[in-house]
Amino acid sequence: MDHLLFLLATGLARGAIFALFALSLVLIWRAARIINFAQGAMALVATYVAFAVTGLSGSYWVGLTAGILAGAVIGFGVERGLMRFTKDSHPLAGIIVAIGLVMVLQALLGIFFGQQHRPMQTPFSDSPLLWGDTPLLSPYDLFVLVVALGVMGVMALLFNRTSLGLQLRASAFAPEVSRVLGVRVSRMVTIGWMLSAAVAALAAMLLVPTELGLNPHSTDVLFIYAFTVAVVGGLDSPVGALIGGLVVGVAMTLVTGYIGATVAPIGVLVLLLLVLLVRPGGIFSMREARSA
Amino acid sequence: MTTRTATGAEVSITGLTVGYGGEPVLHGINLDMKPGEIVAVLGANGAGKSTLLRTLAGLVRPTAGTIDLFRSDITGLRTEDRARRGLALVPDGQSVVAELSVDENLRLGALWRHRGPARARAIGRVYELFEPLDRRRSSAGHQLSGGERQMLAIGRALVAEPTLLAVDEPSLGLAPRVVADLMAVLRDASARTGLTILLAEQNVTSALSIADRGVVLSLGRIVADAPAETLSNDAALRHAYLGF
Amino acid sequence: MNRIAPALTGTRRTIVFGAVLTVLAIAGTFGLDPYRNFQLATIVAYFCAVAGLTLLVGLTGQLSLGHAALMAVGGYAYALTANLATDWGLDGVPRFLLGMLGALVVSTVHGLLLGLAGARLQGPYLAGVTLAIAIALPAVTAQFSGVLGGDQGLQIAYEGVPEIFSRLIVVEQWHAWVSILIAGVVVTALAAVRRSALGLKMRAVRDDETAARLSGVPAARVKVIAFTLSSVAAGAGGAALCFVTQSISPGAYTLAFSLLLVVAAVVGGLGSIGGAALGAALIVLLPWLVGTVTDAFEMSADLEQRLSGNLGLLVFGGLLIVVMLARPGGLASIGLRRGRGRTAPPRSPSPFGPAASAAAPTDSPADEADTDRTGVKEVAVHVPTERER
Repeated sequence: MDHLLFLLATGLARGAIFALFALSLVLIWRAARIINFAQGAMALVATYVAFAVTGLSGSYWVGLTAGILAGAVIGFGVERGLMRFTKDSHPLAGIIVAIGLVMVLQALLGIFFGQQHRPMQTPFSDSPLLWGDTPLLSPYDLFVLVVALGVMGVMALLFNRTSLGLQLRASAFAPEVSRVLGVRVSRMVTIGWMLSAAVAALAAMLLVPTELGLNPHSTDVLFIYAFTVAVVGGLDSPVGALIGGLVVGVAMTLVTGYIGATVAPIGVLVLLLLVLLVRPGGIFSMREARSA
Repeated sequence: MTTRTATGAEVSITGLTVGYGGEPVLHGINLDMKPGEIVAVLGANGAGKSTLLRTLAGLVRPTAGTIDLFRSDITGLRTEDRARRGLALVPDGQSVVAELSVDENLRLGALWRHRGPARARAIGRVYELFEPLDRRRSSAGHQLSGGERQMLAIGRALVAEPTLLAVDEPSLGLAPRVVADLMAVLRDASARTGLTILLAEQNVTSALSIADRGVVLSLGRIVADAPAETLSNDAALRHAYLGF
Repeated sequence: MNRIAPALTGTRRTIVFGAVLTVLAIAGTFGLDPYRNFQLATIVAYFCAVAGLTLLVGLTGQLSLGHAALMAVGGYAYALTANLATDWGLDGVPRFLLGMLGALVVSTVHGLLLGLAGARLQGPYLAGVTLAIAIALPAVTAQFSGVLGGDQGLQIAYEGVPEIFSRLIVVEQWHAWVSILIAGVVVTALAAVRRSALGLKMRAVRDDETAARLSGVPAARVKVIAFTLSSVAAGAGGAALCFVTQSISPGAYTLAFSLLLVVAAVVGGLGSIGGAALGAALIVLLPWLVGTVTDAFEMSADLEQRLSGNLGLLVFGGLLIVVMLARPGGLASIGLRRGRGRTAPPRSPSPFGPAASAAAPTDSPADEADTDRTGVKEVAVHVPTERER
């Protein structure tokens, strides 16, 4: 029972990260109708920036800030430098160019930083706090939960309560009408990418310290989990991303805790296949199916 | 609707040719509009009415010709910059943003023009103009009736206090009474603010009822350009191009 | 090709040219040393998988990011069946045929299941599902290590040269023969499908799914069938590779390898079987070339370790981006341009719109070795851009 409580609590913290990363996929999907398969690699580059800055400055917080900014800059560069040009090309160009970008970024990381795992520091202890005699969340897990949920709250406010958010939503839903109304749609798409990449960078920076460490493939699995979360929750639905993330996080932690770590990727795969077979629109989506 | 006295735009379209790759859809269109004038663009399906309006708004690039607004060339401007020069297009198909609420649609329209309390006042004036919308402020665009959607589309254009309003087939699929109301709103807006209006319509009677002038498009060329009254009374022309 | 054999048409012509090219390729193995024959066998096995992938992407507009894992499925099925056959006392050709049968059956079922989940949906779902498969493969082999052998994978019994050829050729050449035979059958079948009514339906679904449906094409079913075919081709390639290397392990079928197959399909030209052959050769030969070049420079052991693998990855990634943005038709479209002066008259518009006819089918698998100029012209895989539509 104690073990279960511990797993549930840890799972929520893990799930919050998946939800945050899935939210970043939803943001790009809504802004540009692209599933950005390079999101993991882009976030990883930002995490390396954070790692380097933390190393130089000695401060986790300076590194974290630098990483988030780097994420936004990378988002800007990728949208303006690459993705903008995929619109006029092959229908699959968005995905294929993203795959090419993954290969380029991972190769460059490998060349500059090597393949070894680099441990990343956490700002708070990662040994669990006790509740009575029961081990629960670690302070770091608590930090992760607060930050992830906080950022999602801020995003919700931004999108639903500000003029910028109104323009971002309008540009995503009806680009042509928005332009006719004077909205600078192409700028909105760029801002959507920057926001998304910054959020993804944050998610990666929160996750990496809890795993083996920093390595050019650290975010491969995170991307798959978040993709699954986004599919479970519905690609158009930020709320779906949140709930889906927590569900997948808890489920995977339970699977890992009771059966074994090797089963987790299989569990995700099974979940993904089941949702796509049974409820293709996503569990939390209003729409019936994603086939036209 | 008016607190400021806007001056209508002076428009000059010269030699406008538009093609989507094959045979041009518009051949050398020349069209001048005086400030405050209401011009009806008439013609059958496929005559090029929509293309003319979309080119005016910058959604389609012409292969030749120029568009002047207030005597300055806007042919090279992007759609969003044309909007900020006071050119408002109401696209066909009652094009509201279905996922946004009525209020959000109107706020979107007012964004670049008004800030702070002025924005709320401008939106309030649209609600005065279109009563039904006032009752449905928080309904999503897709929950509205066709008439309400068209009111919203026109209101959303007017809220930015444009100097040139281009409206594409506002009557399509709407009940005659609703059409008459919409036409009255357009005429009043023009009368009060001096707004210049370019109105593309297949519904000739409705359009000519408020227009000062009508131009008839056929296969991408202007085949008639005359005062509305003359067009209404020219049986031969009506029969040849307007089908009644 | 019409000039050479005007009487042959349709599927029959596809089969004849497939057979001719297979024989030519087998004859070609006599000109190669054992190591080159091993490389050829590998290229041809990859070719199987890339041909399946390129048809999936080019014809139905669906992308798979896990074709290496689908190869692994075929390879594991082959190894398990072949080892079973060994236990039954079979060897040689009967064991090989039984193994292939196992590989095909398992690949079909597996492809059908995945296709039902991902391929009938629109958009990037299949890409995500297949990516998940690629990531999950090591976990699956570890979890079922009793059957699949974990990280070590499975070994199969040594396949020597059959008695009748034993004076003529060495084992590497024999393996190349088998690989070529498998590819010959599989790719000819794919080329026939591409020319068939089914191929037309696939293109119709790609160009405009709604319009295709309104014309009575069962879009979801067509997409699932296309993915299953593609999965079977990949499985056959995996089986061929397993036969050649006499082993299979998850480490050989990583995500990186899956992405390389995408590179091969894209750089060769999406939808082009000739392009698939070029692409398969590229992904085998380019890393080898990069390795040879870097070996020529003096550098520290650390730098060498960092560059090894990554430099090739960098080149491939860059190539993928550049080709996709600058020339979405890939290498095949360059061949097309060169030969355009003498091309046959433009094809009449297909009932499904201009894009369907723009991506005209390859006439035959003849372009797999591509000595025939006419073949190059008719590869014609100019992938239509949004603007052209």
